[in-house]
Amino acid sequence: MGSARLYLAVAVGGFRRYASYRVATAAGVFTNTVFGLILVYTYLALWEERPGLGGYDQAQAVTYVWLGQCLYATLAIQGGGAEKDLMERIGTGGIAVDLYRPVDLQLWWLAGDVGRAGFQLLGRGVVPFVFGSLLFPMALPAEAAAWAAFAVTLLLAAVVSFGIRYLAALSVFWLMDGRGIGQVLMITGVFFSGMVLPLNAFPDGLGDVVRVLPWAAQLQVPADVLMGEADVWGAFAFQAAWAVALLAAGRLLQSAATRRVVVQGG
Amino acid sequence: MFVEGVRAYGLIAGMWVRSGMTYRASFAFTVVGNLLVTGLDFVGILLMFSQVDSLGGWSLPEIALLYGLSATSFGIADLVLGSLDVLGGRMRDGSFDVLLVRPAPVLAQVGADRFALRRLGRVTQGVVVLGWALAAVDVDWSAVKVLLVPVVVVSGAAIFSAVFVAGAAFQVFAQDAAEVQNAFTYGGNTLLQYPPSVFGKDLVRGVTFMLPLAFVNWVPAAYVLERPYPIGLPGWAAFASPLVAVGCCALAGLAWRTGLRSYRSTGS
Amino acid sequence: MRDAFIELDGVEKVFDVWRKTGFMKRERHRVRAVDSLSFTVARGEMVGYIGPNGAGKSTTIKMLTGILTPSGGRLRVAGVDPSRERMRLAHRIGVVFGQRTTLWWDLPLIDSYRLMHRMYRIPAARYRENLERLTELLDLGGLLDVPVRQLSLGQRMRGDIAAALLHDPEVLYLDEPTIGLDVVSRTRVRDFLRRLNAERATTVLLTTHDLRDIEQLCSRVMVIDHGRLVYDGALAGLHEAGESERTLVVDLERELPPIEAPAPARVVRVEGPRQWLAFPASASAAELVAKVAARYPLVDLSVREPDIEAVIARMLGPSGGAPEPPQERAGRTPS
Repeated sequence: MGSARLYLAVAVGGFRRYASYRVATAAGVFTNTVFGLILVYTYLALWEERPGLGGYDQAQAVTYVWLGQCLYATLAIQGGGAEKDLMERIGTGGIAVDLYRPVDLQLWWLAGDVGRAGFQLLGRGVVPFVFGSLLFPMALPAEAAAWAAFAVTLLLAAVVSFGIRYLAALSVFWLMDGRGIGQVLMITGVFFSGMVLPLNAFPDGLGDVVRVLPWAAQLQVPADVLMGEADVWGAFAFQAAWAVALLAAGRLLQSAATRRVVVQGG
Repeated sequence: MFVEGVRAYGLIAGMWVRSGMTYRASFAFTVVGNLLVTGLDFVGILLMFSQVDSLGGWSLPEIALLYGLSATSFGIADLVLGSLDVLGGRMRDGSFDVLLVRPAPVLAQVGADRFALRRLGRVTQGVVVLGWALAAVDVDWSAVKVLLVPVVVVSGAAIFSAVFVAGAAFQVFAQDAAEVQNAFTYGGNTLLQYPPSVFGKDLVRGVTFMLPLAFVNWVPAAYVLERPYPIGLPGWAAFASPLVAVGCCALAGLAWRTGLRSYRSTGS
Repeated sequence: MRDAFIELDGVEKVFDVWRKTGFMKRERHRVRAVDSLSFTVARGEMVGYIGPNGAGKSTTIKMLTGILTPSGGRLRVAGVDPSRERMRLAHRIGVVFGQRTTLWWDLPLIDSYRLMHRMYRIPAARYRENLERLTELLDLGGLLDVPVRQLSLGQRMRGDIAAALLHDPEVLYLDEPTIGLDVVSRTRVRDFLRRLNAERATTVLLTTHDLRDIEQLCSRVMVIDHGRLVYDGALAGLHEAGESERTLVVDLERELPPIEAPAPARVVRVEGPRQWLAFPASASAAELVAKVAARYPLVDLSVREPDIEAVIARMLGPSGGAPEPPQERAGRTPS
């Protein structure tokens, strides 16, 4: 019980840390809103040309755009969450100290990142989304159950997103420099999450592949759950499976990295 | 002053290039990475065109022309002044003061700050797409149209540069708000990659008359492709890009001077 | 009176600061960082500029270097208004920011010097000569090809000082030049500054927390507090003004009752065979030592200098501030 309280405190710390950057948050809201506006018009033109593309109607395509802007910072889709700090800890060697703390390294960073995601959702994500819903017709559910399912899928998405970035961060133990891997995170995150185009609108073949990759759990699945386009339990299972697989891989890599640190003598 | 600035820029940028070369593997990695990241936008357009034959009434080569013009111009501006967004951070940690005691124009020093050749990746992909588009579009090329292309690329780079400088001036007042700048630089570049017919008339008007990004590619490209521009413009507007660029640079210069003066009277 | 090289006449600097008073509420406060500051520094003088944190030291330096524009008053350096002719003045001044290096982190030291060479348009012959001289005096010979990130703090500080002097500035501003340095590096930096001032008549203005910097380098000290000049004169005078005390620490052969010291010296602490005697900084330590040694069995002794914060605090009174107009306190001792 005591440890649950510890990780809760870490999450609250993550939330508050990001909450203190007020001007930066406002700037981010503005930028996400501008990008949302630009994307909405291009999607509307695309769906005008191909009604029903990917199984979405226009309102759903619009909803997808604004959800993407809402989750962009929340899920650190192009990187920039806990993994950035972790990479720095590893790079500077400070991680050796962390390893001797009586806490679970992975849970510690997960808690902090979930706290960050919580703030980014409320402070930075909600405003562009509401703005979009006021200006454009969107496909939002009326019943509470759909929103509850959406909340669950968001939490799972946050864990999957962390799982991917944690693996990337740990690679710095071997690469020694985080810039290259950071760039890989950015490319894969933006493209495979469906920030460029919804994954269900990808051409066949490529679409079949990207829809089963873990990045699909970040934006495409929550969008489909919100708009009633996916079987809820199937969606949860997909996200949970990736969450478990990524966290397990993270543990494996973490213990390999720990051995490496111990062998090198910190 | 301008010559002094260019000279100082060259000196400082050279130092950063040498610094970057000390991590050779990472350097190669980031050049390729930059090429891929910036190329993703065009991959997105290609994906769209795997589903449709035209967007807003424009064909793929026509949109590629818009993309190539904007991406090349933006790439040049980003290469030259892309690090202006670290200005706010430099003011916060106090290292901006160091630049003020050197015998060189501050804007040149800040512009050259963290200069990185990896940003050539963005220019490269822009030029590649532009080259393909020029070969693929169905246009009766006249001497005027051929000449217009390089003029527009340079003017566009100047317009985007002005946006970078204005953003830097804004950071003096709101040091944590560097991201606002992204809405106009990266956001503007994204906007211009799609045809104006896609967007609402009000947005097009705003981008033509208020923040005249339309002169980076929309207006001159409409002339080259002989397409109607969504809002009425006189015929000579297609050739106005250099003028608009000069105007933008003058205003941005003024904004920068105001910002710098404000910094020096209020401090950090 | 030598010609005034730095002149301040009623210089002020006012900042507007927004202070958080509630969740979303902010209030504007006017802060006078520098308040009617007047002083002159002659060419070739070496002046210590000290005061508590936030007293206005670095604001003054920033105005002198043209980084900040004064809100009022008249300021001239070498006859030039720094904030108006920042670039012209830059060729004539050198600045060392103690806690911030101006050297290129990933590149060998020499690369930073080559940049200065070109940026300041230093004629090749003069650059070579200055580099040679500075390299020798600051003992940088073996370090020129080492990337700056691999230098120790002391080596980097010496590197920074050389970088600030390659263009032969007429005045050198040093902001905490010895902070964080080991004893050997400190001594080396001080020796160098003394020679620079003596041989090349470079005017030096330095801020520091280390009283020994001032003692060993500066014939004149200015103390600033709450943006006002509260003392301007010789260091000895500062000790008097602050009634500052030094401490003689003696180790006796055995535990003894407190030493009966000749007034005004007195024992302030006893710990086993070790005793602490406080005496006025202006009094001779040798005399006191001789008197004590004559009557007590000494094994070892050392003299501790007062630290600068303590001197200033005592001088400013128990409130630590400058409640009354500073003019009444500031006795300008001609130097």
